[in-house]
Amino acid sequence: MKRFAIVLGLAVMLPLAAAAECASVSAGDLTVTGAWSRATIGTARPAVFYVEIRNDGETGDRLTGIDTPVAAMPMLHRTVVKDGVASMPHAEAIDIPAGETVSLAPGGYHGMLMELTAPLAEGETFPVVLRFERAGSVEIDAPVLSIRAQGAECDAAG
Amino acid sequence: MNLRRIRLVLWALVAVALAGVLALQWAGRRREPSQAAFRPDFALQDAAGRTYGMEDFRGRLALVFFGFTNCPDVCPTTMSEVALVMNDLGSEADKVQPLFISMDPQRDRGQGLSEYLAAFHPAILGLAGDGAATQAAAESFRIHFEREESPAAPDGYTMSHSPGLFLIGPDGEWLRQFPHETPAAEILADIQERI
Ligand SMILES: [Cu+2]
Repeated sequence: MKRFAIVLGLAVMLPLAAAAECASVSAGDLTVTGAWSRATIGTARPAVFYVEIRNDGETGDRLTGIDTPVAAMPMLHRTVVKDGVASMPHAEAIDIPAGETVSLAPGGYHGMLMELTAPLAEGETFPVVLRFERAGSVEIDAPVLSIRAQGAECDAAG
Repeated sequence: MNLRRIRLVLWALVAVALAGVLALQWAGRRREPSQAAFRPDFALQDAAGRTYGMEDFRGRLALVFFGFTNCPDVCPTTMSEVALVMNDLGSEADKVQPLFISMDPQRDRGQGLSEYLAAFHPAILGLAGDGAATQAAAESFRIHFEREESPAAPDGYTMSHSPGLFLIGPDGEWLRQFPHETPAAEILADIQERI
């Protein structure tokens, strides 16, 4: 009976082990999770940073900038497709409304990591500091995924 | 008499409007096949300096993307989709030629276009010509691209561009466009239906 319980316990754990839960950092009402980036070839081209921000509070906040030791010129950008033409202007700030989750994700907002100080190699992680108007600075580690990655490879934190 | 004349004029107007609508519909129908039959072309070089045109891909489908490699969001997303499509085509992959036409040829060549594309899929052929040939290629595909000076971009400039994928038939005829963010499975299904 005891052995059965252990086996059952392991079986339940298996799917959880398959994809680890995303690292998640909280500051005030904000929870930052699901950070990821794509591997680069060398340092000449800009890298990208994606993340998810949840606001459980009653007041809106704003993401005003990012910093990271891997890039001398990190910036918030937004991919805009208008009349069939794509561009990626600078986003001065990204609103994080009360009670909502905002994603920096392919096709939308992204952290544009320009002037890389080192190539981003798959399997590594690097820290990114997100600067919020109200919640202050929040640091999260971004795992570097394959250059072909389409999204975070972890389970969103509950 | 006066009333009758007004009625006549009104009926005449109705007739003119009807004729107009019909003419527009007829013109609209005529435009579609002529658009589908256009054959875009280019003369652009690969990393080794060999010049390619659409006739080099006769007998195969070509999946064409206009991009630039200092583009960390739209371009990797699309190249990943192309890589998925090529992998999922399996033994039929040799019937499709994926092409990446650089809209930022000088910088892309300098930074290694083929090395960049190989990281997505070895089948993707990167082409980068001079400014005039690039402009001509874009015009031939009837797409838009533009250099935008921007302090918020690497080297102070970025490109705005049509982010779709274009499917060209085995005889060089334009078949269709897949808008940006069309799932790889949808592109794959369309291509498999044609080969
Ligand atoms: Cu950007």
